[in-house]
Amino acid sequence: MSAFSAIGDDREIDRDEFTPGIEPQATWCPGCGDFGVLKALKQAMPEVGRNPDEVALFTGIGCSGKLNSYFNSYGFHTIHGRSLPVARAAKLANPDVEVIAAGGDGDGYGIGGNHLIHTARENHDMTYIVFNNEIFGLTKGQTSPTSPKGHKSKTQPHGSAKSPIRPLSQSLNAGATYIARTAAVNPNQAKEIIAEAIEHDGFAHIDFLTQCPTWNKDAKHYVPYTDVQQSDEFDFDLSDRAEAAEMMRKTEERLYEGEVLTGRMYVEDERPSYGAEKRAIGEMPEEPLAERYFDEDAEWERTYDNLLEHHK
Amino acid sequence: MTDNELIWRIAGGSGDGIDSTSQNFAKALMRSGLHVFTHRHYPSRIRGGHTYVEVRAKDEQVQSRGDGYNFLLALGDSFARNPQDEAYYGKEELKPLYENFDDLREGGVLLYDEGLLDEEDVDEIELEEHAEENGWHVVPMDLRGIAKEHGREIMRNTAGIGATAAILDIGTEEFEELIEQNMSGDMQEANLNVLQDAYEAASELDIDHDIDVPSGSHDEEQVILSGSNAISYGALDEGCRFISGYPMTPWTDVFTIMSQHLPEFGGISEQVEDEIAAAALALGASHMGVKSMSGSSGGGFALMSEPLGLAEMTETPIVLVEAMRAGPSTGMPTKPEQADLEHVLYTSQGDSARVVFAPANIRECYTQTRAAFRIAYEYQIPAIVVYDQKIQGELRNMPASHFDEQANSDPGSVLTEEEIAEAAHHSSGKFQRFLHEPEDGSNVSPRSVPGQKDGRYLATGNEHNPSGHISEDPENRIAQMERRLNKLDDIRADLDENASHQTYYGPEDAEHGVLVWGSQQDTAFEAVDRLNENGHSVKALGVSDMMPYPVEEVSEWLDSVDQVLVVEMNATAQFRGLTQKEIGKYGDKMSSLLKYNGNPFEPAEIVDGFESSINGEELAATNMKYLPAAGD
Repeated sequence: MSAFSAIGDDREIDRDEFTPGIEPQATWCPGCGDFGVLKALKQAMPEVGRNPDEVALFTGIGCSGKLNSYFNSYGFHTIHGRSLPVARAAKLANPDVEVIAAGGDGDGYGIGGNHLIHTARENHDMTYIVFNNEIFGLTKGQTSPTSPKGHKSKTQPHGSAKSPIRPLSQSLNAGATYIARTAAVNPNQAKEIIAEAIEHDGFAHIDFLTQCPTWNKDAKHYVPYTDVQQSDEFDFDLSDRAEAAEMMRKTEERLYEGEVLTGRMYVEDERPSYGAEKRAIGEMPEEPLAERYFDEDAEWERTYDNLLEHHK
Repeated sequence: MTDNELIWRIAGGSGDGIDSTSQNFAKALMRSGLHVFTHRHYPSRIRGGHTYVEVRAKDEQVQSRGDGYNFLLALGDSFARNPQDEAYYGKEELKPLYENFDDLREGGVLLYDEGLLDEEDVDEIELEEHAEENGWHVVPMDLRGIAKEHGREIMRNTAGIGATAAILDIGTEEFEELIEQNMSGDMQEANLNVLQDAYEAASELDIDHDIDVPSGSHDEEQVILSGSNAISYGALDEGCRFISGYPMTPWTDVFTIMSQHLPEFGGISEQVEDEIAAAALALGASHMGVKSMSGSSGGGFALMSEPLGLAEMTETPIVLVEAMRAGPSTGMPTKPEQADLEHVLYTSQGDSARVVFAPANIRECYTQTRAAFRIAYEYQIPAIVVYDQKIQGELRNMPASHFDEQANSDPGSVLTEEEIAEAAHHSSGKFQRFLHEPEDGSNVSPRSVPGQKDGRYLATGNEHNPSGHISEDPENRIAQMERRLNKLDDIRADLDENASHQTYYGPEDAEHGVLVWGSQQDTAFEAVDRLNENGHSVKALGVSDMMPYPVEEVSEWLDSVDQVLVVEMNATAQFRGLTQKEIGKYGDKMSSLLKYNGNPFEPAEIVDGFESSINGEELAATNMKYLPAAGD
């Protein structure tokens, strides 16, 4: 028996396998867009053929962090904004495991913004889903990095003087190789995009628009939306950086004008993932590092003589 | 002053190759059969600025840097002249000469590079006067000129070594061998010529001095290395295969050494965007079953307090290294201090349990890093190795056999798939990751890692029930808290049985005690020897386990002495405070000798401090502070 026999079985996967046997107590409000992410993620899993034991889901703090409670896989509910660095090392330590990270707009674009830049820059092979509802939900409705300019909240009672962050453009500039925006109100597109992102070999960033019925009543403006791939108006080359950048600029501007554009914004298949780059230059072993600890035949004798020789 | 020892100080500008030259000098002396110890002093500046390294050599094990020194090789600062004239550099090229006057012993030798230093400038600092007063033997030599003759000015270091060898009459054989090993082609030949020319030039000078370089031999093969080397090799030997970090002095040393060697060991090193990420990555790799470490120095470690708490709550093993430097805040980046103790013990929110080891010397850097990994992975708890800038950079020789070659690939408390299949299961088929009462009666609930069949669980920084789900149930809370905290008692018992890290020194029935921790331990031991030679009755205890604290061992020892002087390198007596907190008595016995000026203690300072405290006198030295006993 291999140390990781759950990895790579080719049986048919049922989405229900990803529903925990015991329902955790619901912490998402009725009507929350986060249920849409959960549903899309569960539906995507059979498409990519991954079973619960070979998936590791890393979340941050906030409503998005509760995703782990509803999704049956290996899970690591980390700390505010830090799901990406934890997930990155997990992928390097065992590249055979499917690594998915999730965060919220405050979590992922605010406190964890630096990590997003660097994870995208390095192009780690993982999927990052950001639940973007333009508000801090779990701390009860403060202005978030994606809240529109002028947004009034208890912490910015005069209306925010800050322009919202542009997550898609930022990821493109940083180096992400798969960038998409989808919305909880369109489960089919969301499922397809998540499945594609998981199968993408590199860093896939999904800005997932969700509604917050409790703290952000404006969330209703996510309906209706336009799928940029299905609309003739937005004929652009997904693999062309300049065209993608222009499309993202439009998408991000129009969002705050009330027009929601979703779909794939950038897909680059040429660039190797970070792990592949690291292996190529001899900075990472060919076989998953995590396997070695279970492998009785692994060579643990160090090349110590060489090391000590230098000190004699 | 102790006879029969050489303390050779090489001084120059940062970036002048002072460090590598001193390393070779120490290695050559070790190869010739001596015991060696180096002490580094450097400014927070890349090129230029006064830096020095001391090499102390004896025919017996050297414990510390010693007091003062007896041979100065002053090379001058080749980066002192500012071509842009935008900032004032003063007569900085002279600093390696005159800034070292204070500690050069009477009758010492002062060899300086007159090729770099102008004669009038040297006159200005009244060198002759100082020399006469102290009986110094001043030897100006054109080392730069000798180097230039063979091509490159930078070889004046080699010229300095050649001249030193002649003046001390120690021959050049070992130095030649090192040059042959480390260099090739033209560089090798040029350096050999410079060495020889300088040796011959200095031999002709016929300097009459009293420095008696001892001779000796080793029973077994020796190696010379630093605390950072020892920590790195300890980690590699204990199966560490992942490191993540962000550069910060003095932690950078371990990070660099590990990064250079990990790929050969099939491991992975990651330099990341900040220290929060660094600790988070180490957690991620460890979550997957790979033994991992990260680390930093004071300010960077502060950023790690949140991931550290997450490691405790999720019971993810991790080893962190904290290389202390003088604080608060950025403090003095290149100067040692032992003032982060409370920081590493108590940082992070909540009632937290972690293991903290403070190795006292290079030998312990190796053994205790191994212990930190073993404990962390057996007990699923974060372990911190806290040391300081002093041990980080100093070199010391020890038998090669000290580096036990047995590598440990044991994954710690990770189950195999077969064991998961046999483990207790929830009715839903969920693996019970955080059992209230683990079956073997310990407080360690074995874990699974992602990819294993049927081992799924949730690791969360929230309080959680046995299968990992978030829970605020009061009874579950108590069970989980107690199991996590009780690990410290298990670890205490484990250490008592397998690896006591406390070091007892001096006559058992001594009247007085010196209590010490970390990098100041061996210096204090040397002071204890001298105090006993002076007719006092003193013993010492070096404590290396900070958490869990060895309450019983230290209590018994404190009980056996009348008065105790606690020696540490900070201003607020943090270790004395810890001892008092943990033991809860003997506060009236413990007074403190503190030093926090950026330089470690010299043995004579501890001798003076001890004698002042015994005699009830005020400290004469202004670079230290005496803090009287405070009561229980």
